[in-house]
Formats: sequence, C-alpha cells, structure tokens
Amino acid sequence: MPAITLIEAVNMAMAHEMGVDQDVIALGEDVGTNGGVFRATDGLQKKFGKDRVIDTPLAESMIAGVSIGMAAQGIKPIAEIQFMGFIFPAVDQIICHMARMRHRTRGRITLPLVLRAPFGGGIHAPEHHSESTEAIFAHIPGLKVVIPSNPSRAYGLMLAAIRDPDPVIFLEPKRVYRIVKHEVEDNGEDYPIGCCFVDREGTDVTLISWGAMLHETNIAAEKLAAEGVSCEVIDVATVSPLDIDTILESVAKTGRAVIVQEAPKAGSLGSEIAAEIAEKGIFNLLAPIGRVSGYDTIMPYYRLEKQYMPTVDRILEEVRKTVEYS
Amino acid sequence: MTTVAKFDIKYIQYIDKDGKPTTKKLPKLAKDIDALKTLYRSMNRVRVLDTKAYALQRTGKMGTYPAALGQEAIGVGFGSALNKEDVLVPYYRGQASMIEHGVKMEEVLLYWGGDERGSDYQNAREDFPIAVPIATQLLHAAGVAKAMQIRNEQRCVATEIGEGGTSEGDFYEAINVAGIWNLGVVFFINNNQWAISVPSEIQTACETYAQKAIAAGVECVQVDGNDIIAVRDVAEKAYEKARAGKGPTLVECISLRLCDHTTADDARRYRPDGELDEGWKEEPILRLRKYLESLKAWTEEDEKAMQEELAAEVQEAVDNYLNTPVDRPEAMFDYLYEELPTRTLEQREYAIQVAAKKGA
Repeated sequence: MPAITLIEAVNMAMAHEMGVDQDVIALGEDVGTNGGVFRATDGLQKKFGKDRVIDTPLAESMIAGVSIGMAAQGIKPIAEIQFMGFIFPAVDQIICHMARMRHRTRGRITLPLVLRAPFGGGIHAPEHHSESTEAIFAHIPGLKVVIPSNPSRAYGLMLAAIRDPDPVIFLEPKRVYRIVKHEVEDNGEDYPIGCCFVDREGTDVTLISWGAMLHETNIAAEKLAAEGVSCEVIDVATVSPLDIDTILESVAKTGRAVIVQEAPKAGSLGSEIAAEIAEKGIFNLLAPIGRVSGYDTIMPYYRLEKQYMPTVDRILEEVRKTVEYS
Repeated sequence: MTTVAKFDIKYIQYIDKDGKPTTKKLPKLAKDIDALKTLYRSMNRVRVLDTKAYALQRTGKMGTYPAALGQEAIGVGFGSALNKEDVLVPYYRGQASMIEHGVKMEEVLLYWGGDERGSDYQNAREDFPIAVPIATQLLHAAGVAKAMQIRNEQRCVATEIGEGGTSEGDFYEAINVAGIWNLGVVFFINNNQWAISVPSEIQTACETYAQKAIAAGVECVQVDGNDIIAVRDVAEKAYEKARAGKGPTLVECISLRLCDHTTADDARRYRPDGELDEGWKEEPILRLRKYLESLKAWTEEDEKAMQEELAAEVQEAVDNYLNTPVDRPEAMFDYLYEELPTRTLEQREYAIQVAAKKGA
C-alpha cells in the first residue's frame, strides 16, 4: 500500500465513490481536463467522462446554485470552489438555500451535496487565497463544516461527506496538501462526521485544533513531552456540528485547555469552544483557557504571512503559561 | 468594418386589449373554447385568491403577501402548459403558476401565513419552494435541468423572475450556463414595469429584457403578457423544445403591476398619475372575456356562476389555512438535518420545556 498525501486522499475518495455510485458527479472551474488547480480531481474526467466530471464556466454562485438544483433531483454533486477566498459570490446560495432547503420544505427536498474548497495560509499565495473563514459557515444552521487534517481523515471524511444526506462544506487545508503521507487503503470505509479525533493522549493539558494547525500542534506536543508536559491533542475535524463532549471529557481529565487556530481570534470557532468549556466545564479548569490564533487583522499578503500564522513557539509559550498557572 | 453578428427580438401578440385578434394566423388554442374557459377561470381564481389574501393581511390574519394583480396571464399561461412530471422553480410572486402545477391554495396561504409547511407541496413534490432572494431560483432551475440531462429524461423546467431581478448576477450566471450546457429550462420574465419603486429606465439600458438572453446564446422572445393565448402558446413551444433536448428559451412577458409590490408597499408614492387607468384597459382577464364574448362563448350568467364557485373554492382554502394549528415548537429543529446533532438536540428539549411553561 503506497503512502499518499492529503490531496491524493481527497482524489482517491472521490474516485472511489464515483465508482460505486452513479449519482455522484464532480463539477467546478478547471476540474475536468486540468484536474483542478491543485490536482484534486486529477484523472477523474478521464475515468468517469465529461458528463460526470464537469468543467463549469467561471461563476461561483452558479456552481453552488446549480449544485442545489441537481441535488434536489437526487444527483450527488461534489462541487469545487477553487479557493475559499472565491466562495463569497456563492454565499447567498449557500446560506439562503443550501443550508435551508430541507428545513423550509419540511424534509420534502434534501440536498446531498459537497462543496469543497482549499483554504488557509502559508503557501505564498496571491491576495484572497489564504484566509481561514470557516467560522462564517460553522455559524449557519443546516450546514456541516468538515476540515480534515491528514490523509487518512481526508479519505474517510470525504467519503462520509459524499454519503451524507445533507450539504457538507469540505474545507481542505492546502498548506498540508502534500506535507505528510499516510498509508491509506482504498477500502471505502468512511469516518464519522460530527466527531473529534484524539491524535495523542495526555494528562496535563488538552490542545484543541483543526486543519493545518494540527501539524504545528502535534510538533509542540512532542516537544512538550520531552519537557515532561503530557499533552492530549484533539483534532476537531468537524467544526460544525461541534463534538463538544469529547473536548469537555478531555478537559475534565487534564484540567487545562489551549485552542490553536489559524483564523482570527474574535468571534471564531475558538471563541465557541472556549465558551462551551467555560459554560459546562469551568470547575474542571486549573488554569484559564489559552488561545493561540491568527490576529484580528486582514490576512497579510505573503511577505508578512509568517508573522501572522501561529507557530510552534507560540503554542509552546501558551501551553507552558497554562501549565505553570497551577 | 464588417458585421459579425446580427440579432433581432420578436414580439408576439394574438389578441389586443379589446379582445380582437391581431393576426389571422392564430394558434389552435385561440379556437379551443373549453381550454380558453379553463384559462379564464384559472386567472380569475388567482385574482379571487389575491383579493382574499389582501383582506387576510389587512385584518391581521396573514403576513406580507405579494399579489399578482394584472399579471395573472403570465403565471397561468406558462404554469398550465407544464406537464405533471415537469418541474417548476417559482419566485415569490409565483402563485399563479404554482397553483396551475398542483400547489394548493391553502399551501400558498399557509406559506405567507408564516408556516414552512406551506412549502411541503402535497401535489407538486419536485417543485421548488418559492425563492425570496432575488434571481437565485434561476440557478436551481438550471441545476434541475442539468440533472434531467444527466439522466436523459424528456422533462423540462420552468422558472420565473421579475424584470428587476434580471439585474442580479445570478440571472446572468443562470442563462449563461443554460446556454453553454443546452439545458431544458425556460426562463419567464414577468416585466410588470416595477421593481418595487424602480422603473425600467433605472433598471436597464436595454430596449427589451428579452435581449439579455442574446449575450448568453439563448433563444429569446417578447410576448404580450396580458394575452394569455400568446403566453401559453409560446410556453408550449418552448417546453417542447426543452424536452427534446434542444435547449433553453427566455420569454419576456410584458405586463403591468396593477397592485402594490406587496401588502407592505404603497405604490402611490411612486406611480405616475393615470398609469393605473390605462393599465386597467390592458389587463388580461377583461381581454380574454371580451374575446370569449366575441365568440359568443361567455355570458353574464356564466360569469356570475363562475365567480360564485371561485369564491367558495377560495373560501375553503382560507378556512383550511385558518384552521391549521401553529406547528409544534420543536418543528424548528426537526428538519435541520436528517439527524439532529447532540448539542442542538439539547436546545430542542429546552425549547419544548420553555413552550410548555408558556402554555401553562
């Protein structure tokens, strides 16, 4: 079994499901002949034909709106928004229709679709290509928002997203598209949506993160272990609906929580997780909740990008502060 | 310099405002008395419903409602030409076409009465709920047509938009993709001259709304939206073409909104003096009645009997609407996802408790 990257895992999951379910199709800008600008759909059009891997005109609202129409008829579209920074023309369709169709028709029309988008910073990209705006979508009832952090989870969660009867926003942390390889068997086994994964068990502090930041978080945990600090690392994986129970159980065990995210701090997923811990687990805490995040600034253009992104050192500093508090 | 492409826009009208044929080449429908009587009845039904809905709103028994006064020929015309298995993707002023395609009047009332169950159409299971955000529905219609194309089905999709909505990006994105993919969808523009208070000279520099389709490579035509024979005939032909895999059509139907935008609007603030007087001379119901009378196919007695029947029919729908109890409070949770997340389940239980306390 060859080791594959996160993006190859996304591709493998899509190919698997298209192979077993005729209703699954892929569409988006440059997804066909070109195989996607990051090659997520590489080879799919050759394998499944132009009717099922569709190059669309350049119009994001159209991609979302047409996917809604197709899904209402039982087709299962996997639609690509080329970069998350280009998702905003589609937000009207996502919020006003995609998230609400089941609700407003009392279950008569449901939308089994996936909207994929690469997101996040750290690859020296042009402006508008590096933001982490997952909280915008996590705030919308009726949507599920999934962010895989490694190749195995990308495969299992993508399968689950395609099979899910409701719309899933599938955000791919592009900085780690090719950073690690896992041996992933193409066995069609999905991973549960709506569940955290425990990357590493520990007893002193719970580190909570998702997407690309898991990479730095796990490195920090490894370094802290050498210092004698035992970190439990949680990959949130589904940022909506949030599996807060796993997080609360872990914090009850460790008594400390540090949240690590790339997104700006205010009104973020980290804010919600911190609020839940405070609301339901405050008496388990031995120290204030720590947060390592991007700043409440515009995502800087790439010369200053590294100054914005949370680093291993910033995580180490925050965890040490939390552990030393009591 | 050479001309590389040339375009023109056809206008179709069969019956003028006095109910007189404007051409000798009338479609078969113009001689089908029974069919015309059915259309006449349908237009009147919508008008009776709209009048009743206004009264309900004014007496606090229903929320904001958009009437289709003076525009009945459009929705009835294209809605009645659909087959049962075709799909309708309506906009917010779409009650005429919706009822023609099987949506119950009480569902229309229930919807505008603030209840999502009004969009759970019992007899039009595949039709979309009305779209309130402007122009968004056109993309859904294109998507439905794409699904039909993928599955090689001989069905078609109809969708409607106001002329103001054609300024939205989604309008252009929808006709563009329908053209490229050769989709079996028919776009109807209800050009009722007003987008709330905004007239066409503020909306577009185009001479017609139909011509917008030319830039998308989509066949287009303008029809007299007060002439139901023209609307229905054009719709039938466009659907036949769509079902045969021969692509989309855009139909601009010219009408005049004889009412306010909705019950929440007051058109006296912006409508020029005299416009309504002129408009009432053109309106579609009177026109078809005059035509039927000229064929000796309609009498005052027929009119009286029909109005009585429609009043009873609409009243029954109103009663059914008013007798529908408010939904369970937990209904707001029950259709979010196939399976409700644990956290939201806790909120559901809480909402039930809060509601029970209020009720006590």
